Amino acid sequence: MQRMYFDHNATTPLHPEVKHAIIESLDVFGNPSSLHEDGRRARILIETAREKVAALINADPDEIMFTGSGSEANNTVLSIVICSGASCNLHSPVDSDLVISTIEHPCIIETSKCLENRGTRVKRVGVDSRGLVKMDDLEQAVSANTSLVSVMMVNNETGAIQDVEKALAIAHASGALFHTDAVQAVGKLPLDVRKLDVDFLTISAHKIYGPKGVGALYVRKGTPFCSLIRGGHQEMGRRAGTENTLGIAGFGRAVELRAEEMEAEAERLAELNTMLRDGIESRIENIHFNSNPEYCLHSTLNVSFEGVEGESLLLYLDHEGVEVSTGSACASGSLDPSHVLLEMNLPVEFTHGSLRMSMGRSTTREEVDYVLDVLPGIVKKLRRMSTVYGGER
Amino acid sequence: MNSWLYSEKVKDHFMNPRNIMFNDEDFEYDAMGKTGNIKCGDEMIFYLKIDPETLIITDCRWKTFGCASAIASTSVLSEMIKGMSLDDTYNISNVDIMEELGGLPDNKVHCSVLGDKALQEAINNYYITHGMEDRVHDTKSRIVCECLNVSEEEIEHAVLEGVRNYYQLQEMTKVGTSCGKCEEDARERLTFYLDRHFGIKEIN
Repeated sequence: MQRMYFDHNATTPLHPEVKHAIIESLDVFGNPSSLHEDGRRARILIETAREKVAALINADPDEIMFTGSGSEANNTVLSIVICSGASCNLHSPVDSDLVISTIEHPCIIETSKCLENRGTRVKRVGVDSRGLVKMDDLEQAVSANTSLVSVMMVNNETGAIQDVEKALAIAHASGALFHTDAVQAVGKLPLDVRKLDVDFLTISAHKIYGPKGVGALYVRKGTPFCSLIRGGHQEMGRRAGTENTLGIAGFGRAVELRAEEMEAEAERLAELNTMLRDGIESRIENIHFNSNPEYCLHSTLNVSFEGVEGESLLLYLDHEGVEVSTGSACASGSLDPSHVLLEMNLPVEFTHGSLRMSMGRSTTREEVDYVLDVLPGIVKKLRRMSTVYGGER
Repeated sequence: MNSWLYSEKVKDHFMNPRNIMFNDEDFEYDAMGKTGNIKCGDEMIFYLKIDPETLIITDCRWKTFGCASAIASTSVLSEMIKGMSLDDTYNISNVDIMEELGGLPDNKVHCSVLGDKALQEAINNYYITHGMEDRVHDTKSRIVCECLNVSEEEIEHAVLEGVRNYYQLQEMTKVGTSCGKCEEDARERLTFYLDRHFGIKEIN
């Protein structure tokens, strides 16, 4: 059966040209730190990729460090808060507050809990019903004691685009550093770190048709820094460990292709998103959209269906060849539904019945039509047997 | 590995669940049992038609707001119980259902007991409404540990959440950590639920 992939926020397939770039590099085995010919060949691949990643966000190449993932980049930034080393110029851990939003990726949320256990004060700022971080609350939370503020650029579940400029201004006005997890934004929205004036910014390769297992962290020149992984001079002494040469080479090519394709694709996906949204709205009643094109990423549509459990819906769609995600507790492997939707104060049954469709390069009008063909029947089937829809409650 | 997350039988029962009580269907029933809570993400209602002479289940229906595992295992269960007496039905364990279904991943078992629990509620409902209160099995609210107010239901829940021995059970529920008088009872219940839901003994 032909698979229709509507889960691009989870990960993306390799761009054919990225695949080509990786295959081309397969024989480059040298250690990029070695001085001989084979080492230098690997070094060139990495530094070329670094230039490309830097160019996409208007950074200098030496402001880009490669990591093993977006999660590692985020962990690295948060670990700086508790460092009181002389070279870092930060407050001592007891005095330094960390301020984050409540809808961050688990790699920020969980790490913040760990820091809390080690004595860091963590303040968490919530979102409104649209899923946008409340800037008034952020202003209240940030003080002269704050060392770092971290607010994501685009939420992975709803696609809500956060007012990062405002959040950053609040952080900087109190002398705090500012980090944004831009994993869902880079390569989808135009981004200029100079204009934005951000201190740290996280990128991941596999969300933009690059390989898995490689990410990058932008660290503005002169910003205090402390390594998460120590014991090597790689990445300008910021991240020990022999570089993932092949992954980084693929990453570089992916980023380059994004620069070429991003704009036209955004326009195309915005149209498809409208088509999908309007189609669902006209075909299925008692639904609730958790994303809105007015303030959400063009490629993401999150919608809840009253009376329908998300994991069942996901697996019925999967059976029809359509691949999506859900915020349902059962699909998460834990008993907790999506923390993002809960934070938005969505009625709890809507949280368990949410569907996230995220589109990308491969998504076509025909695929959207197909989803609109099969979805109403599946929702109807599940609602007919639902304890919380129609009939007896 | 199969391309489906679950066995073919699970898939079949998930795609074509048997004995569903459709919201637009009229089904006359003698007893009804409900379990779960929409707030926790799943809910199940079981309906039974029972021969008052023999106390044998002649027909049944069910409906749910639940995931694939809940749907598939309840569908299988609904086929198993037709023609069975209420007492025999009460003793069907989750292990029996899993055997019939061809297994589920461990972390999905807690979803699959939903149907079993709703069925037990329905049977209790029948006993209560037909003057047989003495037959009701109330495992839910019985307090095992009086010092720390730990119920039998909490012990069952802990087992479904992955507890495999007494030490883990104490960590999760604090059962028997004060006076310790209930240890024997708590251990017995632990053994019972490990066997009922997973068909295993304590793992240290």
